[in-house]
Amino acid sequence: MSFFVVVSLIMGAIFAPLLAPYDPFDPATLNLMNGFTGPLTPNQFTQDVFVLGTDDQGRDVLSTILFGMRISLFVGFSAVFLAMILGVILGLLAGYIGGWLDAVIMRVADVQLTFPSILVAMLIFGIAKGVTPAEFRDQVAIWVLILAIGLSDWVQFARVVRGATLVERQKEYVQAAQLIGRANLAVMLKHILPNVLNPVLVIATISLALAIIAEATLSFLGVGAPPTKPSLGTLIRIGQEYMFSGEWWILFFPAITLLALALSINLLGDWLRDALNPRLR
Amino acid sequence: MLAYILRRIFQSLIVLLAVGFVAFAMFSFVGDPVDNMLGQERTQADIERLREQLGLDQPFIVQYWRFLEQAAQGNFGLSYRQGRPVSEIIAERLPATVELALVSGFLAFIGGVGLGVFTAIRRHGLLPSFIMTASLVGVSLPTFLIGILLIYIFSVELGWLPSFGRGEVVDLGGWTTGFLTASGLKALILPAITLGLYQMTLIMRLVRTEMLEVLRMDYIRFARARGLTEKTINFRHALKNTLVPVITITGLQLGSIIAFAIITETVFQWPGVGLLFINAVQFVDIPVMAAYLMMISVMFVGINLIVDVLYFAIDPRLRIERSVGGH
Repeated sequence: MSFFVVVSLIMGAIFAPLLAPYDPFDPATLNLMNGFTGPLTPNQFTQDVFVLGTDDQGRDVLSTILFGMRISLFVGFSAVFLAMILGVILGLLAGYIGGWLDAVIMRVADVQLTFPSILVAMLIFGIAKGVTPAEFRDQVAIWVLILAIGLSDWVQFARVVRGATLVERQKEYVQAAQLIGRANLAVMLKHILPNVLNPVLVIATISLALAIIAEATLSFLGVGAPPTKPSLGTLIRIGQEYMFSGEWWILFFPAITLLALALSINLLGDWLRDALNPRLR
Repeated sequence: MLAYILRRIFQSLIVLLAVGFVAFAMFSFVGDPVDNMLGQERTQADIERLREQLGLDQPFIVQYWRFLEQAAQGNFGLSYRQGRPVSEIIAERLPATVELALVSGFLAFIGGVGLGVFTAIRRHGLLPSFIMTASLVGVSLPTFLIGILLIYIFSVELGWLPSFGRGEVVDLGGWTTGFLTASGLKALILPAITLGLYQMTLIMRLVRTEMLEVLRMDYIRFARARGLTEKTINFRHALKNTLVPVITITGLQLGSIIAFAIITETVFQWPGVGLLFINAVQFVDIPVMAAYLMMISVMFVGINLIVDVLYFAIDPRLRIERSVGGH
């Protein structure tokens, strides 16, 4: 069930340009007269019908959600990928090489773990915003977001990989590989890495749901995706302004989409954890 | 024992120094504050004067030392955006956040312990199972959506409670409080629930698990055999023994209350330090960001230190492990 929801949402996001009835980023297709059209009710001026209604600028809500989900998922996947790469590399190095390198990496991880990751992400976002010139800010906002969430989330991966590497390093196959003279790098990547990958995958799924929520939260707070390239969080931020005047659909549909996405990825993570756990098989 | 505490204090100081360096690096490398503070019409003399006023004409190491010196005294200079001392702005905003955090922490603790005991005692009832399921959904709901949902129900549809601000506040010699006016108390309800809900579900699930564990113990069975009433057993004997881990976790959760306060304060436009911080991030107001960072790191490190030392004092097993392991 959750698998089905995740796949259909991801498919919807990937094929957004084909599925969406309108292109929300093309000003030529927008008609301000269509603003604030309710779901499935014809607009009072143009008689156009929109499945999920339109927002203040006459953008079709269904289309903005499909394109917004694209940005949310893109940021989520990229951020987790960045965190995973960083965490796995640092975890392998800390576990395999040990010594002062291990001490430094794990102390940094400890310090970062003291702070909630959303706070770290905000801080990185603020700093990155400060060093980019004003005219590029909107263009790089998505990448800054990926960087901020990715860098705030690597600790989990590093800790797990380090722990698993410490165990694997003692095993005979690793000693054998060392004895026949394989380089440290090869031992780490070809021998240890494949054996510590299962828990990494489970953490990645859980992190994905968290990253999507983190992205939505940051965008909602106004320190994420800009209104010109709205993610689900930005859409909720926009929709919140119209909650008081009765245009509920601008807020409701993006919020429900975000919830469905986060919940089903979470459930998928639970399932994956059980499936990959050898003790339960 | 003493050596352990000293080592922990030393580690905490290192952490604070590292955070201080990050905060200082933000000052030195991010943007040009002079650009932000002066408008379009400025002269070279204006720029020079402001640079001097902000101490930006000094070499790096002098600036770092001055920063540490000033930070230790709680002085973070002028806000780039408002042109006022950061310490003044924070002192003005702090009461709002402290009151919000206290009330929601209190709600979360009382509600969490109450519901946790209830769901543990009546394990198979219909209502407890419903509460457990609801708590699962509560954990996966993003905080800002909870806030929006509450605003929609209680402000937009029912019109009972205000959706933004603190209401009327009374100034008690520099400390503004919303506790003394009806509108202040009303304004506190929704933000406090929003902020406390996640912690409440967490505490509730923890209390429930601990209670179920304790209720299986021999001394509970013995208390039953002695003919004590259920009430005495549940609250005097069982609950008391579940509270140590619960209090520890609650203490450590204070950090995330601060983080979630940023979100809650934005949703409800609550004039606290969280809203101040998010506005500072939006406008790249480095002194405010740095001051906030230093303030919460002192708080986090302090809380962690206290919890660690308390744990060490309470749990004798930790002491043995340390001395044997030579960690």
